[in-house]
Amino acid sequence: MNATILLFLLQDGITNGAIYALLGLALVLVFAVTRVILIPQGEFVTYGALTYAALASGKFPDTAQLALAMGLVAFVFDLFANRHGFNLRRTARSFAVNVVLSGAVLAATLAFAGRKNPVFVDVGLALLIVACIGLYLYRIVYQPIAHASVLTLLIASVGAHLAMQGFALVFFGAEGLRGPAISDVSFSLGALMFTGQSLGVYVITAALIVGLWLFFGYTLYGRALRATAVNRLGARLVGIRTSLSGRMAFLLAAVIGGISGILIVPITTLYYDTGFIIGLKGFVVAIIGGLVSYPITAAAAIGVGIIEAFSSFYASNYKEVIVFTLILPILVLRSLAAPEVEEEQD
Amino acid sequence: MSAALLDVSDVTIAYGKVEAVRDVSLNVGDNEIVTIVGANGAGKTTLLNAIMGILPLKGRVGFAGRNIAGDDIEDRVGEGLCLVPEHRELFGTMTVAENLQLGAFRIAKAEAAATLERVYALFPRLHERQKQLAGTLSGGEQQMLAMGRALMGRPRLLMLDEPSLGLAPLIVADIFRTIAELRQAGVSILLVEQNARAALKIADRAYVMELGEFILSGAAADVAADPRVIGSYLGFQGEATP
Amino acid sequence: MRARLPILIFALVMAVIPFVPDIPPFWLVLLNNIGLAALVAMGLVLLTGVGGLTSFGQAAFCGFGAYTTAVITTAYGLSPWLTLPLSLLVSGLAAVILGLMTVRLSGHYLPLGTLAWGLALYYLFSKLEFLGRNDGISSIPPLAIGSYRMLSAEAIYYAIWAAVIISAVLTLNLLDSRTGRAIRALRRGHIAAEAFGVQTARAKLLVFIYAAVLAGLSGWLYAHFQRTVNPTPFGLLASMEYLFIAVVGGAGHVWGAVLGAGVVVILKEVLQNAVPAIFNVQAQFEIIVFGIMLFVLLQVAPTGMWPRLMALWPWRAPPKAVDTDAAPLAARGKTPPADGVLLRIDGARKEFGGVVAVNDVSFEVRTNEIVALIGPNGAGKSTTFNLVTGVIKATAGHVALGGDSIDGAAPQDVVKRGVARTFQHVKLVPDMTVLENVAIGAHLRGHAGAVASMLRLDRADEARLLAEAARQIARVGLTDQMHQLAGSLSLGQQRIVEIARALCVDPVLLLLDEPAAGLRHMEKQKLAELLRSLRDGGVSVLLVEHDMGFVMDLADRIVVLDFGTRIAEGPPAEIKRNPEVIKAYLGGAA
Repeated sequence: MNATILLFLLQDGITNGAIYALLGLALVLVFAVTRVILIPQGEFVTYGALTYAALASGKFPDTAQLALAMGLVAFVFDLFANRHGFNLRRTARSFAVNVVLSGAVLAATLAFAGRKNPVFVDVGLALLIVACIGLYLYRIVYQPIAHASVLTLLIASVGAHLAMQGFALVFFGAEGLRGPAISDVSFSLGALMFTGQSLGVYVITAALIVGLWLFFGYTLYGRALRATAVNRLGARLVGIRTSLSGRMAFLLAAVIGGISGILIVPITTLYYDTGFIIGLKGFVVAIIGGLVSYPITAAAAIGVGIIEAFSSFYASNYKEVIVFTLILPILVLRSLAAPEVEEEQD
Repeated sequence: MSAALLDVSDVTIAYGKVEAVRDVSLNVGDNEIVTIVGANGAGKTTLLNAIMGILPLKGRVGFAGRNIAGDDIEDRVGEGLCLVPEHRELFGTMTVAENLQLGAFRIAKAEAAATLERVYALFPRLHERQKQLAGTLSGGEQQMLAMGRALMGRPRLLMLDEPSLGLAPLIVADIFRTIAELRQAGVSILLVEQNARAALKIADRAYVMELGEFILSGAAADVAADPRVIGSYLGFQGEATP
Repeated sequence: MRARLPILIFALVMAVIPFVPDIPPFWLVLLNNIGLAALVAMGLVLLTGVGGLTSFGQAAFCGFGAYTTAVITTAYGLSPWLTLPLSLLVSGLAAVILGLMTVRLSGHYLPLGTLAWGLALYYLFSKLEFLGRNDGISSIPPLAIGSYRMLSAEAIYYAIWAAVIISAVLTLNLLDSRTGRAIRALRRGHIAAEAFGVQTARAKLLVFIYAAVLAGLSGWLYAHFQRTVNPTPFGLLASMEYLFIAVVGGAGHVWGAVLGAGVVVILKEVLQNAVPAIFNVQAQFEIIVFGIMLFVLLQVAPTGMWPRLMALWPWRAPPKAVDTDAAPLAARGKTPPADGVLLRIDGARKEFGGVVAVNDVSFEVRTNEIVALIGPNGAGKSTTFNLVTGVIKATAGHVALGGDSIDGAAPQDVVKRGVARTFQHVKLVPDMTVLENVAIGAHLRGHAGAVASMLRLDRADEARLLAEAARQIARVGLTDQMHQLAGSLSLGQQRIVEIARALCVDPVLLLLDEPAAGLRHMEKQKLAELLRSLRDGGVSVLLVEHDMGFVMDLADRIVVLDFGTRIAEGPPAEIKRNPEVIKAYLGGAA
């Protein structure tokens, strides 16, 4: 192997790794706040990417309708949950968040779809749609069973994944889509070729990580989310609504997933089920981080990206096998390092 | 007792089919310290948790003249009902200052700043350690932080579950002194304690709980003088309980 | 045998179905698919519903079973009957390897691990040359008896359903046995099960292998039913569908797997045909419906359909009979230690991340003695119990039993030496009867293994265990509650059940953590009486208790802990007057 190939593989690995890092961080975030293992994270990637691709090619994305439908269901869930004590303010708030918001997003999509828009309009719309879906997904699937075991939440996640992937097939068909690059700058540095898109991946990933760090470290709401993750009961006792924290975590995860999708859809063709596989690689890195550590997750992501790049070069047939088998030694190490006993919980 | 701040009536709390607390009524007036004493497992913590909304209950929980039995925990906090739970439930990996800031989650920023000063005045130790992680504090400091965090929410009624749990006698004395000071500042207190002697000393009124029921209630001094209480909780004269 | 009657009827009904005149052959195909899915789901019921473990990789085990027979019968021309044990062996071995790597992981890591290897194996199936890559392997020979080749759906129908019914019976037998109780205790955490000698890691691995072998059996049948295999039915989606079946049917119930398989397979068929016809769409609508149903079910009926159906069933199984004539279990040879010291704790120390929970504590328990350990909450009493029973390892110091060091011994070894305990926070299996819970205490005194239990060769052993459990229940006075579910008892009664369970160990030393909490006065007196009679019968007792009246009356000696340090030791009368004890614990803090 010569240095050019080495550098090329490294670059490719880091680009993919950056995406896994984003997804891994979102998974850690959601798990920490809600204890949900977010299998449908991959669908956020798919929805973001394909919604953007559809808008960019002048088509109307059906995901906007799904957002409204889910908003309506979420509103009905809220009404049902409050059936024993009707409260006008609460109902109005629910109507605004669930129905007005998703309705407005749909209206905006109708207004802009089918036209040649600036890139940021298409990106913004796609993210809004995915954000709504993430928000309502928490309300519909997870909030009613928020106190159930991690296992139950995980099985619910599988249900949500199946449904959302099924919808993806309905909306986008079995054909793959590719979206236009966000920027078509390109230049080379020595043997390496940098495109605007790959630079965008680095810059946006770094910006998101810094942004999340600032949000969690320095804002009251960020701290409230952290507090929910550290101690749910403690959070409730100071008046932090854990359901609100859950919705915020899902909103963030959906947006991060959407951004990841939009970043990669110009690079690779995405199918309705590609997001799932990408999301699972996010899991591999999140598990390496023990579902708690952000820095280890980010580092692991780069490592997994590089291993994947090299295995696709040397044993392309077994690329997926290698990446997913990678998790097993990690789990063995975790199991050896596991504490001697679960402490008695009072 | 025209308008008690907290007015709990006919409350039953069950874990599945097992009733941990049966048909209990109690009230706490403005500016009053009320204590519930009883053995381990009598149902004291269960009762406090249910009043706070952590556990479901059957019956009425009146607070400031309104039945809050169906409200969420978060709304009860907003109404001025705060609990310092048995296990303190601090945010261990966050700093003392962050814990206190979150205590005022539902309070306007300016007001929170003023309250923070008062809490630091009450617990100077917390001020010294504001940058330290809550999980690294000593037991006594953690108890102070738990109380401080609850006070940041500007409660009208503060419920304390075993504040002396596992603390050295000197620190326990400190905590009890603070409880008396809080009453001076206009906060009502509902105190659950195994350390019956100390609790009965500072309380105005007391309830004695056994197997999920109140077997005795009245002025704290009278309760402390009751032979049954002396037998079970204050000394060793005679057999356990009648 | 009465309990087996419904199964017999079910088997008969299934046997006559192919004889129904004009039954469309397609229905038999559906029934075959139901049977195949039920086999896999049955393994998941044991794994998830009973054992509390979850796997998203069961379809891969089917794949092992199917590909093993496919390769061997096509490439080497071996008879399918000879490949059956091989198929089961390969899936079982795969489970051993993957299980050893993953079952020690708690909670959510196991399902995530299975998700990953489920996926990896699927890709492997589709890439390996000798497995035919994505095309798979075709022209697999059918099953045959003599010259009768089971080519039609009807022919293999009997093979499939015989497998389902036999597996169900074997599984039910397994659950209703010594090993089964150990498996059923897994879901409630390890500590209690290990305190009575259950090798929890081994029990988990056993369930894991069992589930994999059932899946392998299903795969083997599938290969000879379809007579072609390719990677698709062994992918992640299939694994998720099996989990869905188990949840729909009722993840804790063996027959729930069959019911769930029926509902899901038929539903899938209907959706695949009906939805495109109505809406004129090509998409896999059944997937969407499944997904939505899965999380809706978890919200409205988390226990699945089987328990709900059974609630409507008027006919209750009679409570398990206890054969009081069963030969008693062998008792422990009790040779009192020469110096009379049964338990010696010498400078025991435990630190949790710098916090000293137990600070160089030393004390002894002599034979025929009741010792009470008292002190404020958080003084280190329960930690001391955990040190003695091997739940946690001491940072420093020694623990010896009858002169032999038990430093660093596993809980299972400590209980073998006759140290039995109860827990501060009751650790019973709430959905098992009092009798079954107590019988776990006698786990080490029985010998029947999993295979013997499945084949019902364990009945003599089992009768002796249950008789012993019933005897100890009678001893603590709970005979009337023997057949109730443990979770339906009051907390005080549950503590007494824990004592009966500990007595089943035939202990030399009983460690009781707050046994009197939640008891009424009369009950406390009865408990004290029981403990005295145990002491006089040669069992020493070490107890943690807050009820001073109870302790002062009962204990021969009292050890007082405060902040992890022993501050006093002596007979009750002395302790009452000890100024330091009064200051730290008995009152006078304020």
